[in-house]
Amino acid sequence: MTRVHDMGGRFGDGPVTPEPEGEVFHEDWHKRALAITLAAAAHGKWNIDISRHARERLAPKDYARFSYYEKWMAGLADLLVDTGLVSRAELAGAAPDVSSDTSRTLRAEGVAPMLAAGGPADRPSDVPQQFQPGDAVVTRRISANRLVDGGHTRLPVYAAGACGCVLRVHGTHILPDSSAHRLGEAAEPLYAVVFPASELWAQPEHPKDEIVLDLWQSYLVPA
Amino acid sequence: MDNYGGSLLDNGAGAAHCLGMPHDDPDHPHELLPPDPALRVKALETILTKKGLVDPAALDEIIDIYENKIGPRNGAHVVAKAWNDPAFMAALLEDATPVVADLGYYGRQGEHMVAVENTDAVHNMVVCTLCSCYPWPLLGIPPTWYKSDAYRARAVREPRAVLADFDVTLPDETAVRVWDSTAEVRYLVIPQRPDGTEGLSVDELMALVTRDSMIGTGLARTP
Repeated sequence: MTRVHDMGGRFGDGPVTPEPEGEVFHEDWHKRALAITLAAAAHGKWNIDISRHARERLAPKDYARFSYYEKWMAGLADLLVDTGLVSRAELAGAAPDVSSDTSRTLRAEGVAPMLAAGGPADRPSDVPQQFQPGDAVVTRRISANRLVDGGHTRLPVYAAGACGCVLRVHGTHILPDSSAHRLGEAAEPLYAVVFPASELWAQPEHPKDEIVLDLWQSYLVPA
Repeated sequence: MDNYGGSLLDNGAGAAHCLGMPHDDPDHPHELLPPDPALRVKALETILTKKGLVDPAALDEIIDIYENKIGPRNGAHVVAKAWNDPAFMAALLEDATPVVADLGYYGRQGEHMVAVENTDAVHNMVVCTLCSCYPWPLLGIPPTWYKSDAYRARAVREPRAVLADFDVTLPDETAVRVWDSTAEVRYLVIPQRPDGTEGLSVDELMALVTRDSMIGTGLARTP
């Protein structure tokens, strides 16, 4: 079983509200939240999978009531304490000690190069590619991390146990189920897999509609 | 969104949450921060700045880049160029990452790009049901609705009802293909070129390419 963030297909959320293109941030604190999150990551204490999992393991009641950047701030605060960058006492209001290692603190001149460099997720892998485009595959019946109970995974519940067809091969990518728990990158083949809407939903909107997910090889078995 | 630390990743003493142990752990240090979101962000920024772990000038630079430099006009440039240059379109659909990188649009959250083309037969639409994955170098920071529970929950199950929230109705013969961004691959929708735009320049065409049309919740404007 996955967690509260895994909401694809859920009923009851109401309409989607469009917004104009020019509004990047709606509150001043949203900007700061985004920027602090990116700057703190420069210390290299976590990777993208760890930071995603930090948001996902917020208590469901908090995940549901927090706005987007509130989830980011809560996940960041938990990570800062987990990794020892900030102490509990400091979060609670004690006077902060100057950190013993500020060598990786992001400076203004380092921002553009950091954003431009990105963080590619493809890696060489010894895992042989098992599927080709056109192959029929079935996703694991249970969406769950196999390495850590309750851990991070990227197979949504709505697509578990479903039969689809390999559409593209993306190469070999870091496996989030491993990487999110500091168990190594464990790169393996990643595929775009297409599913008919009728395979996933009891009442699909249209017989021709399809859903594509990017899925790691270990999420799949031959159909 | 955070960079993979790769071999530079510090394995983090005390990262108990991230290691291979059961995950029903109620310990959430973020609760030590003030509950008001603006005060939370301010408190975090103050703590990190005093510790020397965050430089406010770097935060200002990050905000300036995403407010003023990296946004959906980048993607519009790619689309308009593709409309006007069949060889560019073919290369983009074949392997988008190096093609957009040549225009200067490589970077964080756009390390592995795939472009998908809308036609009379298929309308593509992009979502991230598990979080908020989005092609930042081409479209900037995602709009609020893209990150909303309603969009994440509904786009995969009832894309046509979601399109109706955007006042978009597709012909019955058009299939909808929804791409759920579950890995580090990011998708750019190439909207259909509007009729009556023959002979327009790339600059003129760019004005017709909306952010939503590149996510698949809108169509390109007509001149």
